Amino acid sequence: MPDYTNTSEPVIQVRSVIKSFGDQRVLDGIDLDVMPGEIMVVMGGSGCGKSTLLRHMIGSIVPDSGSVKLFGREITTLSEQEMNEIRKKFGILFQSGALINSLTVGENVALPLREHTHLDEKTIEIMIKIKLELVSLRIHADKMPAQLSGGMKKRAGLARAIALDPQILFYDEPSAGLDPVTSAQIDQLIIDLTRKLHVTSVVVTHEMDSAFSIADRMCMLDKGKVLKIGMRQEFETLRDTPAENLTSDQDKLIRQFLRGDADGPLSRRKADSDYEEDLLRV
Amino acid sequence: MGKSRSGTDEPFETSGYLHVLALLGGTAMGISRRVLATLGSISLLLSETFGGILCGVFVPGVRLGREALLTQMVRVGIKAIPIVIMIQLAIGMILPLQMFPKLDEFGQAEQIATINGIAAFRELGPLMTAVILSGFAGASIAAELGTMVVAEEIEALEALALNPVRFLVVPRLLATIVMMVLLTVIADVVMVLGGFLTSLRLGIDADVFYLLSREAVDLMGFGTGLIKAGVFGLLVGLIACYLGLAVKPWQGSDGVGKATTHTVVYSIVAIIGADAIFTVIFYSYGLFK
Repeated sequence: MPDYTNTSEPVIQVRSVIKSFGDQRVLDGIDLDVMPGEIMVVMGGSGCGKSTLLRHMIGSIVPDSGSVKLFGREITTLSEQEMNEIRKKFGILFQSGALINSLTVGENVALPLREHTHLDEKTIEIMIKIKLELVSLRIHADKMPAQLSGGMKKRAGLARAIALDPQILFYDEPSAGLDPVTSAQIDQLIIDLTRKLHVTSVVVTHEMDSAFSIADRMCMLDKGKVLKIGMRQEFETLRDTPAENLTSDQDKLIRQFLRGDADGPLSRRKADSDYEEDLLRV
Repeated sequence: MGKSRSGTDEPFETSGYLHVLALLGGTAMGISRRVLATLGSISLLLSETFGGILCGVFVPGVRLGREALLTQMVRVGIKAIPIVIMIQLAIGMILPLQMFPKLDEFGQAEQIATINGIAAFRELGPLMTAVILSGFAGASIAAELGTMVVAEEIEALEALALNPVRFLVVPRLLATIVMMVLLTVIADVVMVLGGFLTSLRLGIDADVFYLLSREAVDLMGFGTGLIKAGVFGLLVGLIACYLGLAVKPWQGSDGVGKATTHTVVYSIVAIIGADAIFTVIFYSYGLFK
């Protein structure tokens, strides 16, 4: 279970991270702590910067300013080689699974083991079987990725992500493009793996059903800023409170997102632009 | 005036032909800046690749990836053998046929063996193989790597602490160089064989053809041809890998298509350019008689 005692250090610490692409500011001062053993769900609408935040946490993007610490180590200033040592300690499930298409499922899982460990071939074979069994894909080890369905690809990607027994697992939109049942299975898998392997999980998603079923804590992003971080229960309460009882606009906005309502402050924001003026200008 | 298309920020306060000149100059500067930047990144890729090769050979524990290399050699080279044979046989048959009437006028018909031999080993063997491989291997490597970028596979490799250059570029580049040299040997021999078939048909004595061919082909011609082939292979492989990896994830299939086309076009331009430079060097040092 997540460790929220005061003595524990956060596994991931993001401090006032700012990042712009061109003249568009994608992250505008993000602060986020992820505690050991918890499932942190980062959510927000399309283009709110949640994927960019994830890419900062895995070290594939360097922020314009601010700090990102993994395991207490600042990663924004590391060299490629030092970063690679850190990379071996976490795993990532990409949106599409990102399996290497020219290798079989088994070989994909074996890849990090073959490259980063000195295990002999027999041990690696056993490891592949164990990892694939965890995601119920053992009998598909010899298939090529092209022969797998979307959900199976994600599970195979997950097996590869846990190959080196990582301490953190990152998930990029784990339930995007999956049917409800498969999506629920992936959710269950995320919970099981987090508890069984005692890893810390960071899940980036915009699927609210999935978010509420897996999260310990949640973080809501909007326009590159953190709107709210809190326990899942707080968000559930907010979701179930009638809109009339909410006073702050921010709470109303979060509530609309959590419920997936068509009407609310989020929709008004889109309509607020100078539509009439724009029409008259023609 | 705002930003010029070439990307320079200087506003041009000019008129008439001066304006056009300024615009042309700006564009040329923009283009040359981009060319320089590209050349810079390509040399970076090259040095990283050779670093990877050296590491794989000399540092114990770092794998060069023998299986990957074999796979790539089969894919780049072995599968191209039939088409190389077909094209070189055809050229070997066509060239003497075109030369024959003129040479026959001077009573030198049998010299088609000399012409064919020199053309094959010094020039057309390496050149045609390189052109074939730029379409056969270069395009497919660029498309493959580009698709891997779009499918997040490259990012996944990096996230697994695997260097895409060492993992993907090294075997592809090595395979292209090695197979280009080997295919050139085949291409050379097959072209002479094609010339032989034609000359038989034209009534030239087989022994004479053999003797003249032997005389035309010296070790220098053969060797320089293979050196050229190796460099052509390097160019094709390097351009293909660079353009493939330069695809951006958000460009999608459009980016992959462009990378593939550009690979073939730039490869052929680079090959011809290198060929011209080689010829100048070889002749100015008097390597050929």
